[in-house]
Amino acid sequence: MSDTTHHETVSGANKVKLVLAWTLVSVPLLWGVYNTIEKAAQLFK
Amino acid sequence: MTTAAHAESGGLFGWLNRSHTVAKPGFSRWLVPPAALCVHLCIGQVYAFSVFNLPMTKLIGITESAPDDWKLTQLGWIFSIAIVFLGLAAAFTGTWLDRVGPRRAMFTAALCFGGGFLVSALGVHLHQLWLIYLGYGVLGGCGLGLGYISPVKTLITWFPDRPGMATGMAIMGFGGGAMIASPLSVLLMEHFSSPTNVGVTGTFVTMGLIYMAFMMIGATIVRVPPQGWVPEGYVPPAEPKKLVTTAHVHVDEALKTPQFYLLWGVLCLNVTAGIGVLGQASAMIQEAFPGKITALAAAGFVGLLSLFNMIGRFFWASTSDYIGRRTTYMIFFALGMVLYAAVPWTGQTGSIVLFVAFYCVIMTMYGGGFATIPAYLRDVFGVRYVGAIHGRLLTAWSTAGVLGPVLVNYIREYQINNGVPKADAYSVTMYIMAGLLLVGFILNWLMTPVDEKHHMTEKELKASMEA
Repeated sequence: MSDTTHHETVSGANKVKLVLAWTLVSVPLLWGVYNTIEKAAQLFK
Repeated sequence: MTTAAHAESGGLFGWLNRSHTVAKPGFSRWLVPPAALCVHLCIGQVYAFSVFNLPMTKLIGITESAPDDWKLTQLGWIFSIAIVFLGLAAAFTGTWLDRVGPRRAMFTAALCFGGGFLVSALGVHLHQLWLIYLGYGVLGGCGLGLGYISPVKTLITWFPDRPGMATGMAIMGFGGGAMIASPLSVLLMEHFSSPTNVGVTGTFVTMGLIYMAFMMIGATIVRVPPQGWVPEGYVPPAEPKKLVTTAHVHVDEALKTPQFYLLWGVLCLNVTAGIGVLGQASAMIQEAFPGKITALAAAGFVGLLSLFNMIGRFFWASTSDYIGRRTTYMIFFALGMVLYAAVPWTGQTGSIVLFVAFYCVIMTMYGGGFATIPAYLRDVFGVRYVGAIHGRLLTAWSTAGVLGPVLVNYIREYQINNGVPKADAYSVTMYIMAGLLLVGFILNWLMTPVDEKHHMTEKELKASMEA
């Protein structure tokens, strides 16, 4: 292995990418969870 | 661009090369989990494929099945073929993936999985079932296997401090994929249906294109860390835990160790028990509480299980970073045994809440088993070939995918044929599943560190890095 390297300081462009990327995956996932919970509510009616 | 420069860049697909995916300064490792999720949220669709089964039995008859329409038994093979090819692709492409890196693998997975939908759309349009077997089953199945394992090693390398959480996050997406695909498929079929068309062709084309694009985004975002990179402030433990190695085992060598087969058994038994009851959950709750649970409520129950399956993937894999992988699996098997054995009792007490609660906890451990295994492999075999070893271990999943449902169906039918009331027919099944978990508990208990003779030497490691 070569020497250990660190570069944790996130650039501004990457911060924007972070927000966009997490939004991209969170929105459909939350929509799926909402639909599932709505359907599951039938179980306790 | 000159020819030499073109060759240097790798040509049209040069951006897929591993060398182009090495992260530059300023890159955040937290971009890698959403990249992995882009792939896993798509391929998780496979668990919702059954939503197409009924409409595909009415492609000719439209409102009801015509004599020339496909039968449910014929359509059931599509899912089975896809799962078998998932296992095969994961097993056979692991070393290739390790060589070419995650981006090319994710790109190929996107082409296979999205392309599988497009070929299947043609199959539905021409009413040729073999095209669907080939499209979604073979091509899509290869996309599933490749997509499933492609981000695992990358995540483990980016998160040496929390490998369980990182892979758990991605594999959680696989659980969540079905929750998106199920309502999306219904919406699209409603949109594309007409008095002369059930809307499956249009749905397949749309989903194929959406999934291909979404997975491509993941392939574009993903990066590998520069060699020797570690997170800021991370200091590897001076004395690693007993089962955690700092050495590396070659994928071919891993297959010669008893540890590989112990873990194969651990995964297979955990999945067999879970997949067996998951496939029958709707029928089980309706038969356990006759007259109290409608088909709609049972569908809600299945949805709830998917949700807990997903939650368990993240929760247990993250927890394993603190309590250890072996302990985590000990909990799965010990608590699982108690819960599986107690489910018939909850049915007898007539408590729907207790029945549902027990099942939900069982499902968290089913999902947790999938999500914790990559980190377990990393602990036992090291990081170098963890992706390829994980791929080979997934044949346990394919085996369990056949074994679980067959076991549950066979035992249930045998009991009903012998006069056992339907409400009690699942009791023996649950006790047998508890027995399987006992075997799993023993296998996990037998886990020891890999013998040093299987470790790669410094020279071998260096040569494999250069290759």
